[in-house]
Amino acid sequence: MSDPVLAEGAIKKSVPQTEKGTSLWQDAWLRLRKNTFALLGLGVIVFFCIIALLTPYIAPYGYEQQNLMLGAVPPSAEHWLGTDIFGRDMLTRIMYGSRVSLMVGFIATGVALIIGVLWGTIAGYAGGRVDAVMMRLVDILYALPFMIFIVLLMVVFGRNILLLFLAIGAVEWLTMARIVRGQVLSLRRQEFIEAAVSLGLSRWTIIRRHLIPNTLGPVIVYTTLTIPSVMLLEAFLSFLGLGIQPPQSSWGLLISYGVETMEEYPWLLLFPGLALSITLFALNFLGDGLRDALDPRASRN
Amino acid sequence: MPLLEVDNLTTHFHTREGVVKAVDGISFCVNRGETLAIVGESGSGKSVACYSLLKLIPQPPGIIAGSALFEGNDLLQADDKTLQKIRGNDIAIIFQDPMTCLNPYLTVGEQLIEPLIYHRNISRKDATYRAIEILGEVGIVEPEKRVGSYPHEFSGGMRQRVMIAMALITEPKLLICDEPTTALDVTIQAQILELVKVLQRKRNIAVIFISHDLAVVAGIADNVAVMKDGLIVEQGPVDDIFYHTQHDYTKKLLASIPEGAKPPPNSPLPANTSITENKPLLSISHLKTHFHDYSSGWLKRNQKVIKAVDDVSLNIKQGEILGLVGESGSGKSTLGRSILQLVPVTSGSVVFDGTDLTNLSPARMKPMRRRMQMIFQDPYASLNPRMTVFDTLAEPLLYHGLATRKNVTEQVLALMDDVGLAHAAIRKYPHEFSGGQRQRIAVGRAISTKPELVIADEPVSALDVTIQAQILDLILELVEKHNLTMLFISHDLSVVRYIADRIAVMHHGKLVETGSTESLFAAPQHEYTKRLLSAIPVADPARERKRQVELTQLGVDN
Repeated sequence: MSDPVLAEGAIKKSVPQTEKGTSLWQDAWLRLRKNTFALLGLGVIVFFCIIALLTPYIAPYGYEQQNLMLGAVPPSAEHWLGTDIFGRDMLTRIMYGSRVSLMVGFIATGVALIIGVLWGTIAGYAGGRVDAVMMRLVDILYALPFMIFIVLLMVVFGRNILLLFLAIGAVEWLTMARIVRGQVLSLRRQEFIEAAVSLGLSRWTIIRRHLIPNTLGPVIVYTTLTIPSVMLLEAFLSFLGLGIQPPQSSWGLLISYGVETMEEYPWLLLFPGLALSITLFALNFLGDGLRDALDPRASRN
Repeated sequence: MPLLEVDNLTTHFHTREGVVKAVDGISFCVNRGETLAIVGESGSGKSVACYSLLKLIPQPPGIIAGSALFEGNDLLQADDKTLQKIRGNDIAIIFQDPMTCLNPYLTVGEQLIEPLIYHRNISRKDATYRAIEILGEVGIVEPEKRVGSYPHEFSGGMRQRVMIAMALITEPKLLICDEPTTALDVTIQAQILELVKVLQRKRNIAVIFISHDLAVVAGIADNVAVMKDGLIVEQGPVDDIFYHTQHDYTKKLLASIPEGAKPPPNSPLPANTSITENKPLLSISHLKTHFHDYSSGWLKRNQKVIKAVDDVSLNIKQGEILGLVGESGSGKSTLGRSILQLVPVTSGSVVFDGTDLTNLSPARMKPMRRRMQMIFQDPYASLNPRMTVFDTLAEPLLYHGLATRKNVTEQVLALMDDVGLAHAAIRKYPHEFSGGQRQRIAVGRAISTKPELVIADEPVSALDVTIQAQILDLILELVEKHNLTMLFISHDLSVVRYIADRIAVMHHGKLVETGSTESLFAAPQHEYTKRLLSAIPVADPARERKRQVELTQLGVDN
């Protein structure tokens, strides 16, 4: 007969009948809240985002406001993070730079995330010819030289910051799609997917509720790696004159200029570099925290 | 003096949750030419105990204490070098899964002679000669040819024979068999057990036989030790354990071996007669499910076709439990999946309540899916690890509109009552449950849509024997309560005998025999059914000993 421990009426009564089951995301949030490092990372990122949003109102100087008499000075009371060779305030430039960098980082990665996860899941789950065609397309895009692809886009559509997001996102999703497809291939043979099919769930429901949540671990880790690489890619494109142009700034751009004058004016490299590193650390902590929080098998404490 | 004398063996693991006392002070001894069976459920510490003797467990974090005198030397005090000499040389181990224990990149001959070359300094030529000899001894046909074959060229049973040959080639004094037949079919199991017994007598070696199944050890053990939670609760000569059982746990183990017919249903109606008059709910005719074997290269046109289900016709009547038995590879699982259209059917028809399912569009299949459900074999793989019990059970209810957002919790709790899960578990994830409890969740999900037909694919074969009995009873109870019709797929005849009204036997994709449970067991018609029946181990040492003599005379060992 049924297990006496399980069937004990006493346990049942102690749970209020209105008790609702929680979803994965609610549970994940509860667990994330207990992870100090992840919360710290989240806090840093939220703080940076708020600063970036408020920059036009709180920046101490204008981003193109030059003071050629001043030149490059190290950090001081007037210029907390020093100035560059044109006498522009570094703090201001880093703050304006964060607007571009964070936006590129998050939007381009978001584009890559959405396309990559959907593409990979559909290819992996459909299998057969659909999978073959979808993945060959990925291979072809892989084979296209990235720079030529971007330059072509720029030539056709003109220089546009939105296009930059799309272009980077359109390249970064390829790896994501491959990672997700690999995951899904191993998942779809599992019995719980078969169980979902035999429950009569539609393919879309199976993909959304059963497949995607189970691919999240590697996806999150890869996402936290993609954001910084996208930020650096933007700097590279900007450096080539394809991204944003001075006097506008981004972290990547500031860093690449800082490298040139590293020996004379180290603070021009140090502070934008610090801003990027802190963001990366915060993202890594948050990413690890999210991965653990989204995996119910990780310890509950 | 006994060959191995273990005194107060203790193995503790330090884990994050604290100290786990896997083995908590056990003592036993084995004499030359004797077989000691250590029986217990998973987690009882039976394997850890034996691996501790040879320090085959990580150490630290494992702590091993006590003493184990092997020919007078304490194994637990021996240094690594001495142990290395003893391992595989004086003490050999046969592992559970013959599929993963052989290196796929080396020929079996290569793997057989390895210990001879390392331990004995025998020349390659002599070693190979010895390997051929021992392969013949364990019943491999044409050993001089097979010695150059790779593991994948052998079947599961043959591989286990190779494993045994490998264990015996250094002429060990003690052989440890860790569930050597659990991964094998019942007819193969009988052959392997017989082989172990014959070889043991011939070579006068001591055997420690680890098993979760009392019936398996009944025929081969001289002494039995029953383990539970790291302790030996009872040990003694095999006849004493079976006929004069002392400890409650042993009694429980013996009682949970399904044997004999299922208990009569509580309903006053004589179930069997009413069932025979019922109309068939499901009728399958000339069903074929074939797969292409792409291993020969998918570009080639001459693909091999695997006929997993080959021209099967079968009716399942309303309210009936039909047991489908067969060995692994017989196509019984594929048949179950073909009925539910989980695999593409090659030809034939599956008519469920008047509707042929084989050509239905997904949209028209959806309402049919609600009416037929499946319980899967592995409760670890069949539940989405990221969904709580609530999510798992609520999903089908909401999806099929059987519950609203408002009353879904109520209905989930009712389902949990049905399958004997405590309400407090509603927010837990699958990994927080034991195997048996997980299978309860899976059963709950299967009955959530109020199906008429349930296909149970080996629902208890991944579970411990005492849990098995609980789940079988739960299934019987639910079948009666919800008036279910069931196709119960299993390789285990004693389980099917316990639960089914009628039995169908499958062999190589074909249905070889169907009949009512009693008549099939009393008078099997087909040759294969007879073989299958005679191979079931019985938890009765006297009968087992007699049966083995018969088996040998019959020459089942082909």
